[in-house]
Amino acid sequence: MTAVDETTDPITETPANGARAHSHGAGTVPDASRAERVTSYDVADFAVPGGREEEWKFSPLKVLAPLFAVAEAGVDEAAAVEVSAPDVVEHRTGTPAQIGAGSAFRPGDRAAAASWSATTQAHLVRIPAEAELDAPVLVTVRGEAGRTTSGHLLIDAGHHSKALVVLDHVGGGAHRGGVEVRVGDGAQVTVVSLQEWDDDAVHVGQHDVLVGRDAFARHIAVSLGGRAVRISANLRYAGPGGDAQLLGVYFADAAQHLEHRQFVDHEATNCKSYVEYKGALQGEGAHAVWIGDVLIRAAAEGTETYELNRNLLLTDGARADSVPNLEIETGEIVGAGHASATGRFDDEQLFYLQSRGMPEADARRLVVRGFFADIIGRIGLPELAERLMATIETELAASMPGADDALQAVAGTPTSTTQHTTEEN
Amino acid sequence: MATLEIRDLHVTVAEADGGVKEILRGVDLTIGSGEVHAIMGPNGSGKSTLAYSIAGHPKYTVTGGSVTLDGEDVLAMSVDERARAGLFLAMQYPVEVPGVTVSNFLRTAKTAVDGEAPKLRTWVKDVKQAMDDLRMDPTFAERNVNEHFSGGEKKRHEILQMELLKPKFAVLDETDSGLDVDALKVVSEGVNRSLGRTDVGVLLITHYTRILRYIKPQFVHVFVDGRVAEQGGPELADALEESGYDRFLAKA
Repeated sequence: MTAVDETTDPITETPANGARAHSHGAGTVPDASRAERVTSYDVADFAVPGGREEEWKFSPLKVLAPLFAVAEAGVDEAAAVEVSAPDVVEHRTGTPAQIGAGSAFRPGDRAAAASWSATTQAHLVRIPAEAELDAPVLVTVRGEAGRTTSGHLLIDAGHHSKALVVLDHVGGGAHRGGVEVRVGDGAQVTVVSLQEWDDDAVHVGQHDVLVGRDAFARHIAVSLGGRAVRISANLRYAGPGGDAQLLGVYFADAAQHLEHRQFVDHEATNCKSYVEYKGALQGEGAHAVWIGDVLIRAAAEGTETYELNRNLLLTDGARADSVPNLEIETGEIVGAGHASATGRFDDEQLFYLQSRGMPEADARRLVVRGFFADIIGRIGLPELAERLMATIETELAASMPGADDALQAVAGTPTSTTQHTTEEN
Repeated sequence: MATLEIRDLHVTVAEADGGVKEILRGVDLTIGSGEVHAIMGPNGSGKSTLAYSIAGHPKYTVTGGSVTLDGEDVLAMSVDERARAGLFLAMQYPVEVPGVTVSNFLRTAKTAVDGEAPKLRTWVKDVKQAMDDLRMDPTFAERNVNEHFSGGEKKRHEILQMELLKPKFAVLDETDSGLDVDALKVVSEGVNRSLGRTDVGVLLITHYTRILRYIKPQFVHVFVDGRVAEQGGPELADALEESGYDRFLAKA
């Protein structure tokens, strides 16, 4: 991939005045700090977005409109949810209050608050302390064309437990869903959220992860389907020593909007965070948005954080917005950095592979496979990884015309419709 | 017995300012199976352009002349068709392919070149043996292609491909550059093994004569200003080692 822009900022200095030593993207975050963004369970605390708001300016609001509406009384909004899990795992449903949801989840936008108040049947998946699951927990959320559904999933992993939870979103309609992940002290938890929606589906989801002391948490978002998908993953630490990864892959086709926002809030000491999102885009109106906010509060000494976003533009007419924001209130950290790059297929890479006998289509497939391999591989389920790769390759086939001259046209045209932003101050 | 024939080849390259520069100005070369031809010349004389033009790099435009492999028009073939026809280019600066392991890459390339997947058992053995011969650690197979490779590792990996893909003709573009003497010997042994085991014809492009101590050419061509200025046997390389390119540059 051709790097268009790349920045890394190892930061070591201590602020003389105790104020923010180093902040990226102040121009795109109107609040003085990311920490000041409103969170509330009351939908009335959030106006319906009009498009000027910083956090909504990239999103297709008309398409998402059903998700901002307050549920009508008596209308069943519950999404169809299936859960299959090893016997040791407890699965219960009830109102959010009945299943004890909310302690690690606070709605951060209109859709999340509307979802919270509309949810009558939330799901609890509880992994007992010290239980090490030998098989993944599979949760399927099935939307239905013409309906708006809401839901809340609480994954409560007890201390020193070990679990992999795969949440698969399929079907159509409009879905707003909260996911709350409590990772107990010393636990190791991976949550994979697959967005494999039908072409017309819209989805706004908020996923909050609370990482216990010395725990390891990994959240992987895989967005392939849907008309518009917006996943906000928020990460906090309940104690020191936590290690967390927010990973994601996406493949945006013509007229598809895939948006991923992360907020890593470092307040505990000696915690690590690593954010890596990779996406490919093809076709007219394909749009990917990546917003990576990291806040290192004054108390969060010994923090180590890095965030990375890579976009591979396969055709003209696609657009990737990529905005890392790093806010640092203490100099007593191990390291903090970010990188963002958006580029096209590297002609030299294709030449190299073709010069080894591979036809252009095969060479492109190999490059794209390699581009996604690392993150997909970290899901830890080879059959699922292979299925996702196959889906990606099927999508890729749409941008690979058979004729050589058509390929030349794709490879040789300028990137005029591409916007890439890295905010610096 | 195969023949790679280059006749009156003219090649231009587009320049940054929008202009067009002619780099090759009528190159004539004929290479037969099993032969080693050294192409020597000062920087900027067009040696690498010749290599990339034979392989079909899109940056170079052929404006005249021909390249044929046993009478087949190479210039009409796509890059991958040339490789499948039996041409191989060992690159001076091979590129990284993130996320693609050497073992996957080699198998995919072998399948593409042969038109069928290699038999698994013999293939694994062949790769292991070839890597061993090139003093490459077995873990190398699981690394991503050229990612974080040292200069020496990249060149070994190129020659590894040459040994496994078994081309009819191999163009080695400055394979000696950036190698210390130990690595140079290992890489040269690999080329000599290919020469011993197959009928490969080799076009060895080099600025310096040192690789010619380990790979013996039957023919030496001196490249100056986009064409062959002088040719002869190995003694020509010896003469160049003595006197350098000054004599040719003065003439040009």
